[in-house]
Order: sequence, then C-alpha cells, then structure tokens
Amino acid sequence: MARNVSNTRKALVTAVAWTIGILIFFPILWTILTSFKTEAEAIASPPSFLFFDWTVENYVEVNSRSNYPLHFMNSVIISIGSTLLGLLIAIPAAWSMAFVPAKRTKDILMWMLSTKMLPPVGVLIPIYLLFRDFGLLDTRIGLVVVLTLINLPIIVWMLYTYFKEIPGEILEAARMDGAGLWDEVVHVLTPMAIPGIASTLLLNVILSWNEAFWTLNLTAAKAAPLTAFIASYSSPEGLFYAKLSAASTLAIAPILILGWFSQKQLVRGLTFGAVK
Amino acid sequence: MGNIVLKQITKSFGDVQVIPPLDLEINEGEFVVFVGPSGCGKSTLLRLIAGLEDVTSGEISIDGTNATEVPPAKRGLAMVFQSYALYPHMSVKKNITFPLKMAKMDPAEQERRVAAAAKVLNLTDYLHRRPGQLSGGQRQRVAIGRAIVREPAAFLFDEPLSNLDAALRVNMRLEISELHQTLKTTMIYVTHDQVEAMTMADKIVVLQAGFIEQVGSPLELYHNPRNKFVAGFIGSPKMNFIEGADAQKFDAHTIGIRPEHLTLSTTEGMWKGVVTVAEHLGSDTFLYVNVEGFDAMTVRVNGEFSVKHGDTVYLSPDPEKLHRFDQQGLRIA
Amino acid sequence: MATAHSRSAARLMLSPAVILLLGWMIVPLSMTIYFSFLSYNLLMPGMEEYVGFLNYEYFLTDPAFFAALFNTLMLVGGVLVITIVGGVALGLLLDQPIWGQGIVRILVIAPFFVMPTVSALVWKNMFMNPVNGLFAYLAKAVGLQPFDFLAHAPLLSIILIVAWQWLPFATLILLTALQSLDQEQLEAAEMDGASFGNRFIYIVLPHLSRAITVVVLIQTIFLLSVFAEILVTTNGGPGYASTNITYLVYAQSLLQFDVGGGSAGGIVAVILANIVAVFLMRMIGKNLEA
Repeated sequence: MARNVSNTRKALVTAVAWTIGILIFFPILWTILTSFKTEAEAIASPPSFLFFDWTVENYVEVNSRSNYPLHFMNSVIISIGSTLLGLLIAIPAAWSMAFVPAKRTKDILMWMLSTKMLPPVGVLIPIYLLFRDFGLLDTRIGLVVVLTLINLPIIVWMLYTYFKEIPGEILEAARMDGAGLWDEVVHVLTPMAIPGIASTLLLNVILSWNEAFWTLNLTAAKAAPLTAFIASYSSPEGLFYAKLSAASTLAIAPILILGWFSQKQLVRGLTFGAVK
Repeated sequence: MGNIVLKQITKSFGDVQVIPPLDLEINEGEFVVFVGPSGCGKSTLLRLIAGLEDVTSGEISIDGTNATEVPPAKRGLAMVFQSYALYPHMSVKKNITFPLKMAKMDPAEQERRVAAAAKVLNLTDYLHRRPGQLSGGQRQRVAIGRAIVREPAAFLFDEPLSNLDAALRVNMRLEISELHQTLKTTMIYVTHDQVEAMTMADKIVVLQAGFIEQVGSPLELYHNPRNKFVAGFIGSPKMNFIEGADAQKFDAHTIGIRPEHLTLSTTEGMWKGVVTVAEHLGSDTFLYVNVEGFDAMTVRVNGEFSVKHGDTVYLSPDPEKLHRFDQQGLRIA
Repeated sequence: MATAHSRSAARLMLSPAVILLLGWMIVPLSMTIYFSFLSYNLLMPGMEEYVGFLNYEYFLTDPAFFAALFNTLMLVGGVLVITIVGGVALGLLLDQPIWGQGIVRILVIAPFFVMPTVSALVWKNMFMNPVNGLFAYLAKAVGLQPFDFLAHAPLLSIILIVAWQWLPFATLILLTALQSLDQEQLEAAEMDGASFGNRFIYIVLPHLSRAITVVVLIQTIFLLSVFAEILVTTNGGPGYASTNITYLVYAQSLLQFDVGGGSAGGIVAVILANIVAVFLMRMIGKNLEA
C-alpha cells in the first residue's frame, strides 16, 4: 500500500525528477528546436532557446536536396519487412517450443540466444563477400534477410515467453473440437497472442530501425536506410546544424513515438523474459 | 454409440510408468467416474481416451473401431476441461460454434444447434458476451455447450467443478446429472472428490497409482469395498480403521467401521473414549473420540444427541456393517 | 505432454528457424575461421595462400590490438558503471510518488530510441564541438576555455555518448525490478528499525541484484560491438585513441582490405564475446527453470 507522503516531500522529489528527466531529454529537445531555426540562429551565441523565428525551411531543404523520402522508405521497408519475415518464421517455432516442449527445447532456446551473442564483426567479412558475390550489397532484400536473422532469436524468445502464458488446455480444447494444426494456430493461438505478437513486432521494428552495424556496412546509396543516411552528415556537411537537426528529427520521430508505446514490453523483450 | 473399450493400455513418461496395463470397458450411455487421489493417473487415463496423449502400448476402441492411432479431433469425443479452456477472444456464441465450424457444418444447422444448446444451458442471453464477462458457473455452461453441440459419442469431463465455489458445485453437479438423463450419452468424469463420484456415477472406477482398485456402482463400493484403499476413499467422513488385538477378535488384520455404523452410548459399549471435538452440523453431529488403545475415531450421530468436549462415551460397531481386511488390505468375505 | 503426431508437427514447425539460424551461424563463422588462416587481400585477388597462425600473430602483437582491447574494456566498463549507478539512482527516484511520473519516465527513456548515428552526430556537433557546441558556449559563459572533447578526450566522449543511450535501458529495467519489490518487506524492515540506508543495502540491493546482473550482461553484449558511434564521431582516432576491437576489425578488413587479418581479429572478438556470453546464458538458463 502506498503511504501518504507529505506534499512538500512529493513536490521536492517531483522537482528533482523533472529536472533530471529534462536534462536527459535535452539533447533530443535541442535537436528538435534547432531543426526549426535558420542556420545562422542554430550557431548563434548566445543560443536562443524558444524566441527565434520558427521556420520549416530545413525540412523542405532536407526533403528536396537529399533523397530523404527514399531513405525513409528504405528504413520502413527494412525494419517492417525483417520483422514480419521474422514473425512468420518465429511463430511456428515458438508455438512448438511453448506447447510441445521436448527434452532439448531448453537447449535449443539457449542456443538460439547464443547466436545473438556472436559479435557481428566476427562474420562481417564473409557476409560482405557473400553479399558482393550474390549482388546483394546495397539492396533492401539483402538487409531484410540479415536483420531478420539477427533479430530472429529475440523474436522467438519474446513470443515464447508470451505463448508460455497461454494455457495449453485451450489449444487442447481446440484439438478436441476438431481443429487441425492450421486452425489451432490461426484461429486460436494467434488471436489470443495478439498483444504479445504486437509488442514483439513493435520492439523489433525499433531494433531494426536503429540497427547501425549491418546497415552501415552493407549499404551505400540505393538501399541505405536512415541510419546510413544520417551517418553521411558526419562529413563537414554536419556543420549545417539546422539541416542536420531536421534530418535527425525526421529519422527518430517515428521510432520515438513507437518506443514510448512499447516501453513496458521493452523490458521483457530485451531481458529475454528475465525481468518482467 | 459411445462404447469405449481399453485393452491392456499402458502409459509411460520416460522411464516412469504412470499407467500399468489396464483393462476397462465403458458401456454406451453410462456415466462413469474416475476417482482417486491426485496423481493417481485418472487425468492421464482421460487424456489417453481423448487422444491428447499417446498410449505407450495397448488398444483403445471406440464403438468397435480401433481408435488408438486416431487424432483427438477425429475420435468424436468432446471434452470439458478443468479451466473450461474457453477461447477468450471469441464470444460465447463463437465458442460454442467453433467445433461445428471446424466440422464445416452447414451454417443453418450450426445456428440451430447453437440455439438449442444455449436454451438447454440458459445461455441465450449471454451469447454475445466474451468469456471474461461471465461468472464461473456460466463459463462452465459454455464449456458444456461447446461439448454438446457436436453430439459426440461420449463426453469427457476433467475435474470440471473444482474451480467453482461449494454452492455452485452442488448446482452444476445436478445440472450435469440432468444433462446425462436427457442426452443419454456416455460420460466419463474425472474427479478427486468422492462425493461427486457417489452422487453422479452409474459406475465408479477407483484408481490408485495407475491401478484400478475397484469398478462398481456407488453403493457396491460403499457396501462391498474390495480393499482398504477403496473402503477408506469412498464414504464421508472416512471409515475408521482398527488394527491389533481388537481386530483379531474379528479374525482380521484390520477392521473398518464407517462413522455412521457406530452406536454411541453414555453408559456402555465395546470401546470407551473421550470426545475431543464435536462438530454440530445440525442434522448430524460428527464426534471425534479418543479411544483408549488406538487412534481417534469418527462417529456420526443424530444431530439431537447432545455431547460435548471432554464427555466420556462408549462406542459399539454394528456387526453387520463391519468390514474385515487381511494383512494385504484385501477384504475378507 | 503430447502425442507423437503433435511432436512431429512441432519438429516441422521448429525447423525453419533452427535451420536458418544454424546456417547464419555456421556458414559465415566457418568462412571467417577459414579466411583467418589465409593471406587474403581484396586488392590482390587470386593471391590467397595458407599462412597458418600468422594473421593471429600479427593481429595479437599489433600495438593497435592492445590499444583497441584497452579501449573496448574502458568503453564497456565506463558505460556500465555510469548506467548502473545512474540507473539505480534514477530508478529509486522514479519509484517515489511524484507528479507527472509517466511523463518523466517518457523523457528518461527517450534516448534509447534514438538511432546511434543520430545521437553520435548530435552530441558531436551540437554539444561537443569546440566552436559552436553548447558545451563550448557554457564554458565561455563561465569564463573557461572551451574543451575540444573529441580531439582531447575521444574515448571519454564516446563513453558519455554511449552511456546517454544506455542509461534509459538500465533505468527502465531497474525501475521495473524495483516496482516488483514487496512494499511489506520494506515496511517490515522499517518496523525492525532499519534506517533508509540499511533498507537499501539489505533489502533493495539484494532484490535488484538479479536485474543488475541482467543489465550488466546484456549491455556488455551490445557494448562490445559499439560501432556507429565511433564511425561518425572520431573514426577511431586520433591514432587509435578511440578504436575498439569491432572498429579495428572493420578498419582492417573494409578499409585496408586485409581479409585475412580482419578475420583473425573477428575470431578474437568472437572469443571475447563468448566469455561474457557464457555467464549471461547461465543466468538466463537458470531463469528458464524458475
């Protein structure tokens, strides 16, 4: 039971918490604010906080000069594509491990997790060469495949922990009611697991959206998602703060919003169910 | 329809044999109750019949055809689970329709059957609710509804009343019995509660550690338990067992007397004891009496009989109703 | 608990995931191992030859390797210390009754959702830049000389950037763990006369130990592979001052085209990661049984 805390104390704690919260959030806030300034105002000294001439010209510029919509679409296709493909492979696998556990199920789960711990740099060269030889470098399909594979263990694990919470009796009831395997998975399991599947989807879209090892190493221009596009600002071009800010804001906004929705599932997904 | 024969079936999980070779015949239209303490294998046996588990060896035939290898969906049996296992994302109506949809039945016929089942089970007003919005008893009825619409060869019940409160349990017990009277379909019912077994069954199968201890009608088991286990398991309050010199007087290793077959007197009797607790239920009174020489005995007396803690009483068995068991716990005829 | 029928169905449904992951693991990894024994440069195709452990010898005796190993450990250790200490403190703070808790929570976890390239660039240009950065302005405002973070303290700067990204993760997990602490335990301890400090040491910290372990292990896995932050800020420099193992392998193989040497480095990275992984797996494995 929460105890009654004196309002003075609560106000004090609130003030401290808000200050720290705003400080942590400040770089993002500052980026968003800067994106609405002119280049001159962006580097003005002293910097103006709110009282400047708000402008959206940076967004217009970013969209027209660079091929921002292309990179945005690449990010969307790669993150959503790899997540959906991953779910398609992972749902049956998680079904099988959660409801028909065998002696080796635990070992298989642990092994899947262990593939996630393989540092990407250990397989960078072969993947790079294979991609080069198969003409997959700088293609969306290539990145979809790689991101599916690197996130597959997390997807399987998350679904597994959600499926585990569905009572097996319900699936048995479906079997008694004459449902075949397909009906069981499609009409009973999947609808019941929708919340779990949705949060798995969300978390994996976030992870794939922000993935910045393979996307940087395997793309150049055509298939480059936003991570790689933004990285191109590390050149002196980055000194155009307002445009950098506009591009950055556009790159992080969708995922920031998705992320806020999924914060609860995030804990569970990223700790493989070890902390709920 | 609804004749089920188990021939020499066994079930092992790994190295552990939970069902030793077992034979059982369930006749058409019978209400059979599997009863036994938890872990006795009764649920496993039911799941073997359902097809949710494979038998390790032996044969299961349903209505004369060998169903050992037939998947659960094709056995023509319906099951009501302990947790009801309703589909939480479907309305009551969809839950009940589900098996019919799986059977690809004509939609008009589906409608007709669901409406009929809902009427029988008093669910007509709740058809559009989700299971989560129903009370325990209503959920139970939905689970039964889902089972009856298929018109199965037999119903399997896996401890269906254990999640209900005491009052509701009595009601549902009656409803299921009535349902059996109406449908006259074979029902196999698993429970650990001997009261349910006694009140509902045509035939009780008492199981212990996978073995069938005895098969018989409720009164047969009550009057002629085959061994000490059945004698102790059937009947409430439990039978009193006495060993040693007092048993030898009756030429037995152990004698058993049900609480209702002891006569109580304040002046004379075979055994003298002191009342430790008197539970007054109104119609009956249960007395726990510490008898010199052996354990506490339970006595059931008329509710009007006034005794209290600390009173000295004398107990005498009704010699006609006395059960005698040998060293192995088997009944001596 | 199932029938032979459902077991075979289960195997069938499990196999695509297993086969794909098995392929993903075995094919490239064995290629890396194979390349690591070759003298193989992309600029000189067709000249590959077996050189035994020579690549490993070069990689492991290269001063750059020691610099990178040191930097990797500093990066992982530094970020862990900052995020755990900060995370526990923030978790305790946010676990208190405050007004607008939901909003503060959202503010605090936001950095986790920022893609690494964005956060690195924003910090590099808009905060740490010695001319136009906000830190430079603040330094000047109080009469100090602006500090060129990325030139003079590149590793520390990267540690700060990465810590900013991971602090939300640690906070979120530790806060979740804190919220599962039974309040009655704390009240019982209070009745037993434990002070705030004692309650923290004897009740809260032990309760958090499992969550802290999870945070340490999972962050370590990710932190060993920090890449984008280095690529867009310092390119590993100046010299090797901010090069970690991941970046070193990348530089060797894709900038110098030395596939053999890079592969040997990759295998070394795999071995290092495995040492951490063993602990993490034990931890999660235990949890599976619970």
